[in-house]
Amino acid sequence: MNIQDIRKQFPILDQEVNGRPLVYLDSSATSQKPLQVIEAIEKYYREINSNVHRGVHTLGTRATDAYEGAREKVRKFINAKSIQEVIFTRGTTTSLNTVAASYAAATVKEGDEIVITYMEHHSNIIPWQQVARKTGAQLKYIPLQADGTISLDDARATITANTKVVSVMQVSNVLGVINPVKEIAEIAHQNGAIMVVDAAQSAPHMKIDVQDLDCDFLAFSGHKMCGPTGIGVLYGKKQLLEKMEPIEFGGEMIDFVELYESTWKELPWKFEAGTPIIAGAIGLGAAIDFLNEIGLDNIAEHEHRLAAYALEKMAAVEGMTIYGPLDAAKRAGLVTFNLTDVHPHDVATVLDAEGIAVRAGHHCAQPLMRWLKASATARASFYLYNSEDDIDKLVEGLVKTKEYFSDVF
Amino acid sequence: MSSNLDALYRRVIMDHYKKPRNRGVLEDGSHTINMNNPTCGDRIQLSLKVEDGIVVDAKQEGEGCSISMSSASMMTQAIKGKKVEDALVLSKVFSDMMQGKEIEEDLDLGDIEALQGVSKFPARIKCATLAWKAMEKGLKEEEQE
Repeated sequence: MNIQDIRKQFPILDQEVNGRPLVYLDSSATSQKPLQVIEAIEKYYREINSNVHRGVHTLGTRATDAYEGAREKVRKFINAKSIQEVIFTRGTTTSLNTVAASYAAATVKEGDEIVITYMEHHSNIIPWQQVARKTGAQLKYIPLQADGTISLDDARATITANTKVVSVMQVSNVLGVINPVKEIAEIAHQNGAIMVVDAAQSAPHMKIDVQDLDCDFLAFSGHKMCGPTGIGVLYGKKQLLEKMEPIEFGGEMIDFVELYESTWKELPWKFEAGTPIIAGAIGLGAAIDFLNEIGLDNIAEHEHRLAAYALEKMAAVEGMTIYGPLDAAKRAGLVTFNLTDVHPHDVATVLDAEGIAVRAGHHCAQPLMRWLKASATARASFYLYNSEDDIDKLVEGLVKTKEYFSDVF
Repeated sequence: MSSNLDALYRRVIMDHYKKPRNRGVLEDGSHTINMNNPTCGDRIQLSLKVEDGIVVDAKQEGEGCSISMSSASMMTQAIKGKKVEDALVLSKVFSDMMQGKEIEEDLDLGDIEALQGVSKFPARIKCATLAWKAMEKGLKEEEQE
């Protein structure tokens, strides 16, 4: 992997922010987009823009081929058995809400349990809170160990014969830990529950094989993996999706419409109401091509190395608290931290003045923040276009931040 | 470091951040307002004691960055002893200041003036206005009573 060559494909990275070369360390929030993705979207609008699955005309066929071609790329990317199992959505949040509102709301009954973990993103908490409220089911949390990891013993103790749904993130957007979702899926299935995987933070960074994981549903977003915003994926096992009712009606998803009754299209279109996100899907397809050319294994290895480097360099900064395991082997490419006596917003503002973009706040994970006993944290996240040099600049910036705040006091 | 940053993190701001004034909760307050900034997790609890149209006491408590916490400290300092209507006028002046509008020169803003630099950092304006919004909410309740 030649980082300099990769960086050349991301025009946005070649700019100054506040008079300094941009150091973008916020890819867990959203990744930057390579030229081939930007160009694929532009080409669609310039050359083949048309509605899909409708017109007899040539552009309509080209647009449909490109849209469905993107679906096949996604299928291969996650190794789903069939394109019928690949539904385009607006993003991970919509995907998870679809499982909750369609599958869970119809299946879960009073006295049943839904199991999630303390580290989940709000998008993998609130849909289940809603299902629990409406059905009278109980929402349970798998606790975290001291280093922020999940133990399978705790998963076994939390998931019971009453559990109907288990939903866990594969990689934490705060702790950076990689969760054993395959093993948790096995525990879920032994108890007769289905397994949902929030892959928002894993799909961009590591190879995913839904058949190997044996998960029942898996959700991710295009914009965190070099694709555009507004497109995401819901993978679901065919036999489950077939039994589920759509949650949006009209447009693309209909089959026959009578005055008082209607029928739906077959999978996957049953879940794609309205004019679909055509340009978004094509952009996601181009992003998948881009990631495949570099290789997910290479990307994962690169990020692993960056995480190990960052952990070592950042831990050496005086007054640094790092959240999550310090063992790089248990982590993906992000580090969440706090500096003693400097609020993370202030850290982010001072770093921004140095051209360094990091995230500060609760990272849409308030229950986890309470577990960490932090009202907010700062986070640096890495992707394939980051290098050791970026981390050196971050560490330099953090040392300056410390100095700056000890000076002004 | 950049001079822009120095305009944001003025010494008086850091002083309020490190030594917050009127920290705590009023046991005999007439209004308690809780407010948070959902995008970043900052939160404030403001208690006000209003008697005969005058803010006789104010205390604040919460957690957040230097800008939100110093702004809360300065705000309580500024409104104590003021008439409700004057406190609300001050709040309007502060809001104008955050939007980078010209402020009347003869207004004595005291420490608050130090927050002027925040207007150049759009991402941080919400930090500075949190406590003021809480105060407005409380005093508007008072006006309606």
